[in-house]
Amino acid sequence: MALSLGAERDEDLEAAEAALRPTGPIVPAGNVASRALFAVLAIMTFLSCMTVGAVVMIAGAASEWSSDIASEITVQVRPSERTAEEVAAALEIVQDTAGVTSARALSDQEISRLLEPWLGGGLDIEELPVPRLVVATIDRSAPPDIPALRRELATAAPSASVDDHDLWQARLASMAGAVVVAGLVVLALVLTATVLSVVFATRGAMATNRGIVEVLHLVGAKERFIARQFERHFLRLGLKGGLSGGLAALACFGLLRWWGSTFRSTAAGSQLDAMFGTFAFGWDAVLAIGATVVLVAVLTSLTSRLAVFGFLKVFD
Amino acid sequence: MIRLENVGLRYGMGPEVLRDLSFRIDRGTFQFLTGPSGAGKTSLMRLLFLSLKPTRGLMTVFGHDVTTLSRGTLPTLRRRIGVVFQDFRLLDHLTTYENVALPLRVMGKAEADYRTDVVELLGWVGLGDRLHVHPPVLSGGEKQRAAIARAVIGQPELLLADEPTGNVDPTLARRLLRLFQELHRLGTTVLVATHDIALMDQYDARRLVLNEGRMHIYD
Repeated sequence: MALSLGAERDEDLEAAEAALRPTGPIVPAGNVASRALFAVLAIMTFLSCMTVGAVVMIAGAASEWSSDIASEITVQVRPSERTAEEVAAALEIVQDTAGVTSARALSDQEISRLLEPWLGGGLDIEELPVPRLVVATIDRSAPPDIPALRRELATAAPSASVDDHDLWQARLASMAGAVVVAGLVVLALVLTATVLSVVFATRGAMATNRGIVEVLHLVGAKERFIARQFERHFLRLGLKGGLSGGLAALACFGLLRWWGSTFRSTAAGSQLDAMFGTFAFGWDAVLAIGATVVLVAVLTSLTSRLAVFGFLKVFD
Repeated sequence: MIRLENVGLRYGMGPEVLRDLSFRIDRGTFQFLTGPSGAGKTSLMRLLFLSLKPTRGLMTVFGHDVTTLSRGTLPTLRRRIGVVFQDFRLLDHLTTYENVALPLRVMGKAEADYRTDVVELLGWVGLGDRLHVHPPVLSGGEKQRAAIARAVIGQPELLLADEPTGNVDPTLARRLLRLFQELHRLGTTVLVATHDIALMDQYDARRLVLNEGRMHIYD
């Protein structure tokens, strides 16, 4: 230093210099406002991630409902004098139809199992006027000509009728669509609430740092330097809070999946499987949760930056 | 270095706290600013360290008209001015060493380049054994000395000190005045705002006396 202060550098001063710790961050690492902000970030990220994950899962399940039904057609042969012959004829026609990948007639045991919930066990199908079923899997990219199939069956098996699940599929598709739209609306509301909470909580935390911004400003720090200090601090805080909430949400989904798998063999488990598949929670849901965490961190950092510029505008 | 012509200052729609101030502060000079409480000393200091802009008149700092200064230019000019605030404005979460090093840190200097200078300056102002202490633990006098050290560490061209000896005993006040004189000898322009007549009597320097918002100069 050019200053000649006339001070003798004594051993104590040299020892004090040698004992200096690395310089700490200009923005204090943890105070009450930071801890409160961390809690807000973690809670709101958790709620958002739960909603995001649920919507992704429901959308996947809804799409599965439609595609599973659409890939099958059923030929029903009403009971008559020639039931067996008509079932055989219908099966042959269906198998020979272009666009059908596989077809088979349901056995008596399978039909009896289908009726079991209504008529109980130990049924003798032969004694009841129960229609026989031929189930066919179709190629969805090149589906069969259903009206032509109906015409052909009308000649060879007059008691047969084709059900391509058109009506059921249309209802299911509209229900699935409604569920997904409702999920998206809830997601939009939760994300809006998250954005508002994060912005206001960050502004609250920044208010406690106003004095620091002012001192930095008065000792000649450039606006970008001050903004960078706060951005970095709040980005770290946002990532910590966001990751805590995101990981908690992932743990919750993992727990639900485990719980679902333990109940799969029960009647309730079968119902859940029918509704949601096997709690299918794929990479798309993990990516959506990751995006939510990044959104929260970036939003926190950006709000702190804007708050710094807001303070500086007032000081000047 | 600083020129004021018919400068007036008012806060909002209130009365003028400074009226028709016309004076110059030339490079390399030393002056005291004094006057009774409420005369406008702190307002004038705020004008000089670019925290306020005059509501009328012409004011130039380092040749720049302050009314036309952009926000981007302000930090560059402020780095040429060292300020000792009456209320110290030390950051409580930083140690004494870190507070004093702050102006150099915001300039982007590496710690290895300024560490020895900061320690030496702190030793000189009598805070050599308080390097690791945070401001809430320091006494009023120690805070004052830390604030002075922070103002001078960047070797500013202009040093503005608002009541720099208000919280220290006469011996330390003389020592701090010696620091200001040393800085002046090295070419720094110094303006010390004070009530302390005894302190002013120790150094023959120009006196700017503010009274009811008007300036009287005694060369």
